[in-house]
Amino acid sequence: MAETLKVAVIGAGPAGISAAARAAATGISHVLLESSPAHAQTIQRYQKGKHVMAEPGVLPLRSDVGFEAGTRENVLSAWQEALNASGVSVRYSAETISIEGQRPEFRIGLNDGSSVSAENVVLSIGVQGNPRKLGVPGEQTPWVQYTLDDPDEYQGESIVVIGAGDAAIENAVALCGHNTVYIVNRKDEFARAKDGNLAQITRAIEEDRIRCFYRSNAARIEETPAAERPARLVLNTDEGEASVPVNRVIARIGAIPQRRFVESCGVAYPSDKPTAIPQLSARYESNVPGLYIIGALGGYPLIKQAMNQGYEVVEYILGNDIGPADEPLLEKKFRGLSYGSVSESLAAMQKRIPLFGPLNALVFRELMLDSEVTTPAPGETVFMLNDYTDSFFTILDGTVLVGRGAAQDAALPLAAGQFFGEMSLISGRRRTATVVAGENCVLIESPRRTIKKLLASNDHARRTIDNAFMLRAIQSSFAPDVPAAELMDVVEAARLNEYKAGTVLFAEGDEADSLHLIRSGSVSVSRNIGGRDIVTAYVPAGKYVGEMGLIGNTRRTATVTATVKTATISLDSQSFNRLLDKAPTLRERMQRRIQQRIVENTQMEAQPESGDLISFLMQQGLGEATDVLLIDSSLCVGCDNCEKACAETHNGTSRLDREAGPTYAMVHVPTSCRHCEDPHCMTDCPPDAIHRNANGEVFIDDSCIGCENCMHNCPYGVIHMAVDDPVPPRFWQWLLFGAGRAPGMESLAKPDPSTPKKAVKCDMCKDLDGGPACVRACPTGAALRVSPEQFAGLVHGGGDF
Amino acid sequence: MHESILVYRRRRYLWAALGLAALSLLAYALHRTPEPPNGGTWLGYTLGTIGALLIVWLTVFGIRKRRYHSAAGKVEGWLSAHVYLGTALLVVASLHAGFQFGWNVHTLAYGLMCATIFSGFYGVYAYLHYPRLVSRNRGNLTLEQMLDNVATIDNQCLRIAKNAPDDIREVVTSAVNRTQVGGNTFQQLSGRDRSRVVLPSGDGSHRLRRNPDQERAIEWLAERLSRTSDGEVSATINELERLLASKKMMLKKVRADVRMQARLQFWLYLHIPLAVTLIAALLVHIVAVFLYW
Ligand SMILES: Cc1cc2nc3c(=O)[nH]c(=O)nc-3n(C[C@H](O)[C@H](O)[C@H](O)COP(=O)(O)OP(=O)(O)OC[C@H]3O[C@@H](n4cnc5c(N)ncnc54)[C@H](O)[C@@H]3O)c2cc1C
Ligand code: HEM
Ligand code: HEM
Ligand code: SF4
Ligand code: SF4
Ligand code: SF4
Repeated sequence: MAETLKVAVIGAGPAGISAAARAAATGISHVLLESSPAHAQTIQRYQKGKHVMAEPGVLPLRSDVGFEAGTRENVLSAWQEALNASGVSVRYSAETISIEGQRPEFRIGLNDGSSVSAENVVLSIGVQGNPRKLGVPGEQTPWVQYTLDDPDEYQGESIVVIGAGDAAIENAVALCGHNTVYIVNRKDEFARAKDGNLAQITRAIEEDRIRCFYRSNAARIEETPAAERPARLVLNTDEGEASVPVNRVIARIGAIPQRRFVESCGVAYPSDKPTAIPQLSARYESNVPGLYIIGALGGYPLIKQAMNQGYEVVEYILGNDIGPADEPLLEKKFRGLSYGSVSESLAAMQKRIPLFGPLNALVFRELMLDSEVTTPAPGETVFMLNDYTDSFFTILDGTVLVGRGAAQDAALPLAAGQFFGEMSLISGRRRTATVVAGENCVLIESPRRTIKKLLASNDHARRTIDNAFMLRAIQSSFAPDVPAAELMDVVEAARLNEYKAGTVLFAEGDEADSLHLIRSGSVSVSRNIGGRDIVTAYVPAGKYVGEMGLIGNTRRTATVTATVKTATISLDSQSFNRLLDKAPTLRERMQRRIQQRIVENTQMEAQPESGDLISFLMQQGLGEATDVLLIDSSLCVGCDNCEKACAETHNGTSRLDREAGPTYAMVHVPTSCRHCEDPHCMTDCPPDAIHRNANGEVFIDDSCIGCENCMHNCPYGVIHMAVDDPVPPRFWQWLLFGAGRAPGMESLAKPDPSTPKKAVKCDMCKDLDGGPACVRACPTGAALRVSPEQFAGLVHGGGDF
Repeated sequence: MHESILVYRRRRYLWAALGLAALSLLAYALHRTPEPPNGGTWLGYTLGTIGALLIVWLTVFGIRKRRYHSAAGKVEGWLSAHVYLGTALLVVASLHAGFQFGWNVHTLAYGLMCATIFSGFYGVYAYLHYPRLVSRNRGNLTLEQMLDNVATIDNQCLRIAKNAPDDIREVVTSAVNRTQVGGNTFQQLSGRDRSRVVLPSGDGSHRLRRNPDQERAIEWLAERLSRTSDGEVSATINELERLLASKKMMLKKVRADVRMQARLQFWLYLHIPLAVTLIAALLVHIVAVFLYW
């Protein structure tokens, strides 16, 4: 058996390359194992010519391998050179399929049947996963590939694309101009594809530009030396075998997620959530001694972070206690505090704040890197009632006062160690209180994404915050005068529920056994009238439904359905009765509300068109919108002044597409941002460039790295990638001489292909005096922006709003 | 929350315009001069100046409309004011001139002004009338999608006709090639279908026929169907008939859309040049008046 290496690095992405280079530089025995035939597969798979960005700018790079922002090609060739020069021993096409054992004896099994022994393992395989292989005879032949770099590279070939997802469709459509293209779909429709892609592929198939094999699978690939095409693909179809002569087979059948493999190595994940990250020590070591995890797999989604960790992890393996590269950043953050060194400060904070106490050191350190430490003066407002901010605060020292705007005198104090701001964080709605700093106040403000990540990966934190949320939600909705301590039994009996869009919470005629307080998302209320479901109301987060049945102890008189992904807190009738006893005014308030609801219901039932309009708007995602652009089709003259205004005020690219999007009852929903309560676009932004500010606008800042994740994550297709064209048109030159570009017109100059493309979307003109340019520029008053609070007014009158 | 230009802010500019017109009329009625009322009296000068300033301001609307950064009011408000005060100009200018019209540059300016204003009236009518119809006609399609649908149907027709007998293939091909939409402004405005098709006639020659709504082609195919006994050919013809019927529907929508869009837009191509010419004539008028004074 071969020697036991000091360290085996698995995965030659930026993290792995940097780790292996450090190992080579320190002269320890090592190997870098990469499953694909070349280094850094994730970066190889970026779009051709993509500008790779070196975010975060403030973080210094610490690696033996260089990294600067530049084109994908330059970055890759620089790394290739560094690999060659540093004497790293690399094995390509060596996919790791198993890791057994622990320090100092790991056995790493490879796909060719061989194995490697090592004392330590650095796992840096990223999160992209390896492309799923065809798994049929001939898949190893040179005619099979799993990526498509540049469709224009191929001309006059016969190409089969296997798969029915967006990647497969995009490839097939891009290739069909200059090649004979076939697509192989296991099913009989393209159900998984986005609407735009679906339309394209359907058209291409109808017009015979692409031939589709439905309900078919690849059976084998055979070489055909004598034929015109070098190989042939044999398919299993409903009508038996079919054979297609090919130059190339491109398989786009998805990627295998890494998690199962990682778990098979013995690594534990703290929760089942797909976003969960393995538990790691401050030195990147997992629960398996000697198995280190770095890079994207460890929850660090940027190249520079990955490279720094590669360097650090090898130093740690060697037993060198180097401070992390981000130490100076923390030092700066903690400058005003008196807890001593960075690690002492971190420890002191964890001790003072019960929520953070049980976190592991690395997780907490990361949280503090993302957070800000602030010391507001006594009386300074931290946030205002109805602000749209969504960061989360913990009190390190001193106190704050929580009140409701004008009634600030009745404010409740919160002391050191407690937290606030969780209501908006969870619901995505406006702040439900005003918070003012007290004496000697020191706060930690953490961005929403950081806390969301924490909630997904740490059960203790999630439970603590959930309980606080439930208590405060119940208190503020039903029993503002009852002290928290008296509500504990009600909170304990309350349940958290989650519903997918379209799920029925309860149906008309069901027994009324509970009340739902909507925590995030929204619901619609409908009644069956004359055999037709008619929507009578829309209820946003922060409000409650189901109280009618509870008070009357009857059956449900309406059906309640989640319009988007929705979470609720439910109280059963027992707890609710207990609440009624504790809060004497509650019963009366409830009865008044119910009366009001009945009046509203009869109004809505008298005009079923309004209900249909609500359903239509909900289908367009308005159930989770905070502000949306609508166009009254009966007034829009199609002048596109709205788009021109947007382009003109936003570096030459319009963020709205007026014509696209559906229309119902003269209400047109153009393709433009809904400023969602829980913005999907934010979920997976590596540099955390998407934010929401106090007025609710969701916007993208300059640190965008152009990875396109947000574009794919936004369900409403409103984000696109564009090059800034900040050159403003010269108005008078254009008017008098027709010179230059007209105001609001697309740029004339072809952008230099090397300029980085970034994600752009509507920012609600937050930087413009006077507000949304699109609305102000509409000559006929057709364009308007509405928020959920205005839907009711909009809907009365059945479209003629 | 939402209102057309005519009712914008409770018609505040309607009241402004009515006020301006009423004041002018009152002054005109009370005004006593030795000569008949005309532009040369002090009231004439005052009304003329108001009129000229109004005209300049009305033209500035074209600039404000393109100042997308401007926070000076909503464009909708500007247009509402433009429409009402522009109309009031009829009263102001007529009173200024004291109804003294003749064949001179002064009356030319007046005539141009009236033409501009009346084209504006049409514009307001079009803006309030057509959008609803356009939207109803389109359903959830854009014009581009409608044209795409037509193209897809055309491609399907050609594909099916590829293996059909020669005469059918030729008729289908020519019906596809000679389908017309759009055209110049007048053709767009009229919305007449100028599609053609080449049909074989009995004697073996070919004739170019008008093919509005694809009807000639459909008729010819129907007639051809009655002459065939070949099962495959009749299946092909049936399929083609079905496709042409849906193409006819789609083309009708496209043409209606093009026609209404044209009606929404063409008048501005009169309104703006008229406004510019008006300004020129007005300058000449003012200069002339001072020269001959
Ligand atoms: C489209 C896009 C654009 C981006 N743009 C930027 C940018 O501009 N700037 C930036 O900082 N970040 C960017 N990112 C994020 C960045 O790509 C990742 O953070 C980074 O690649 C993570 O590095 P890594 O080494 O952890 O993992 P990866 O780069 O994913 O590398 C993992 C490597 O491991 C290999 N591997 C996987 N499984 C096995 C196995 N079982 N055995 C052996 N080898 C295996 C893979 O083939 C791959 O080469 C972008 C991401 C995407 C998707
Ligand atoms: C600064 C603005 C103006 C000034 C100083 C001005 C001045 C005059 C004067 C002095 C006259 C009398 C000429 C005469 O009696 O021979 C006149 C007449 C007239 N003006 Fe103006 N004017 C102005 C604006 C306008 C405008 C805006 C219009 C309409 C477009 C207009 C249309 C006429 C007409 C039609 C006459 C009657 C011509 C005639 O008497 O034969 N003027 N103007
Ligand atoms: C002499 C008087 C007038 C002048 C000089 C004038 C001038 C103008 C100008 C310069 C524009 C800008 C067009 C563009 O740049 O796109 C415009 C637009 C318009 N005008 Fe007038 N106008 C006058 C009177 C009127 C009147 C009386 C009405 C209606 C009753 C009217 C209705 C309109 C409308 C509807 C628009 C189009 C707005 C748009 O689509 O943006 N105008 N006018
Ligand atoms: S970009 Fe999309 S996901 Fe993000 S806020 Fe706007 S509509 Fe919602
Ligand atoms: S609000 Fe501003 S950024 Fe958003 S679509 Fe309108 S003009 Fe564009
Ligand atoms: S500016 Fe107004 S009228 Fe013009 S296209 Fe946009 S919504 Fe329609």
